Amino acid sequence: MRAFTYERATDPAAAVAAAAGAGAKFISGGTNLLDLMKLDIEQPTHLIDISRLPLRDIEAVPDGGLRIGAQAKNSDVSADIRVRTLYPVLSQALVAGASGQLRNKASIGGNLVQRTRCPYFYYGAAAGCNKRNPGSGCAAMGGVNRVHAILGASDACIATHPSDMAVALVALDARINLLGPNDVTRCVAISDFYQLPGDTPHIETVLRPGEMITGVVLPSPPPGGQVYRKVRDRASYAFALVSVAAIVATERGVISHARVAFGGVAPKPWRAAEAEAALVGRPATMATYRSAASAALSQAVGRGHNNFKIELAKRTLCRTLAHGAELGLRRPNDR
Amino acid sequence: MSASAHPDAPAADTATVDLVLIVNGRPQQLTLDLRTSLLDALREHLHLTGTKKGCDHGQCGACTLLVNGRRINSCLTLAVMHEGDEIVTIEGLGSPEAMHPLQAAFIARDGFQCGYCTPGQICSAVGMLAEAKDGAPSHVTADVALPTVTLTDEEIRERMSGNICRCSAYPNIVAAIRDIAKGRGP
Repeated sequence: MRAFTYERATDPAAAVAAAAGAGAKFISGGTNLLDLMKLDIEQPTHLIDISRLPLRDIEAVPDGGLRIGAQAKNSDVSADIRVRTLYPVLSQALVAGASGQLRNKASIGGNLVQRTRCPYFYYGAAAGCNKRNPGSGCAAMGGVNRVHAILGASDACIATHPSDMAVALVALDARINLLGPNDVTRCVAISDFYQLPGDTPHIETVLRPGEMITGVVLPSPPPGGQVYRKVRDRASYAFALVSVAAIVATERGVISHARVAFGGVAPKPWRAAEAEAALVGRPATMATYRSAASAALSQAVGRGHNNFKIELAKRTLCRTLAHGAELGLRRPNDR
Repeated sequence: MSASAHPDAPAADTATVDLVLIVNGRPQQLTLDLRTSLLDALREHLHLTGTKKGCDHGQCGACTLLVNGRRINSCLTLAVMHEGDEIVTIEGLGSPEAMHPLQAAFIARDGFQCGYCTPGQICSAVGMLAEAKDGAPSHVTADVALPTVTLTDEEIRERMSGNICRCSAYPNIVAAIRDIAKGRGP
């Protein structure tokens, strides 16, 4: 690992001020950043430890929502009884990710900005990786691309975003609080936080230089049953091939509200607005779910080994919607 | 802490830090290269080699220990980030003369073969049992909104999935943990 200097930030403004220097990077749980530093993928020259900043609380906000401090651990949030009862899809997504040990260390802010697990980004950049070395090509495109994206990718990059949590946050319309230099704060909808790769896959979010995530705000929970379903190569401790976060409410057999997001299939947690439009006002039946799945995947592009993901995503969506509608029917509006 | 703190300071190869870790109840003064992981601080500097280095990338769980009562992978964290924290390793849980109940249960149930993953398995199980006692849900919990969990074998397996055993002693690891979870230790 390359050498770096280190400081422990005492307050958020000081952390942001310290991040102004070239080569500076925030570190919190370190579960992704240190892994990447050991592999020489990340090369910070100065680490700003933000893990002890007073940004760990989970608090109710006036409009009925919840504000989660960016330094809350993944396990703090998944175990919080308000999250479990009001936003069960978030709790489910969190416990579907990583391991107990990693969730005890990883922060909510860090989870949002973790890097892809594309094997070429990690171990095969010599063969070409535009995310690692812009302009060097994408070895995954003609390589072993079984785990890669089918939606939102570009010819420059087909890596997926690895987070489970972020998929649930997209379905919940979460907002991300940011603090920048000179006390400038802004609040970005999570759907606007991530950028598609286009020609610049090394740029992944709208974070500005020195800007720090201070928290995540959940609006009051939407009506309906909430479900996170993850499909992967082994039953636990693996990244998603496909995952779905769905929130479905029905009234007299007709879908009244629907939220749908996918993980494992795109460079960012993927909101499927076309699926939602194909659900609302239609009967809560498998035929409706199938047409929503077709709408959601209509722009999907397979790259060879990952062609199976298109059908897998459709089937996973149908199963998740059916489960969500069942929960939304049984316990309307109360969770 | 005496680390160089100026953000524009050039990174020096010799950047070191003085810090105190509370390891198994005893304060330990250390001078470390900033890059030292918590795992390497324990093994290479304090010579507490019970905590094992497997993958060194957070994938195997062999380095699991407890920090302020919670289980983490010690390979994926810097020692300097744990100044003042309470760290418990396998050496702090028990000794051959006075074993922790989980250590005794692993022996009674033959919960290992080569033993390399065992310290991590046992530290992880200590942390896991505390999480379950607090009612924390897991991926196999049918309804995360329920405030308590019952540690079925399925729950134990899911909650221990961050600890790999390449000898595949899993059935007996589950049995040892189940014994302690149900208050039926040896």
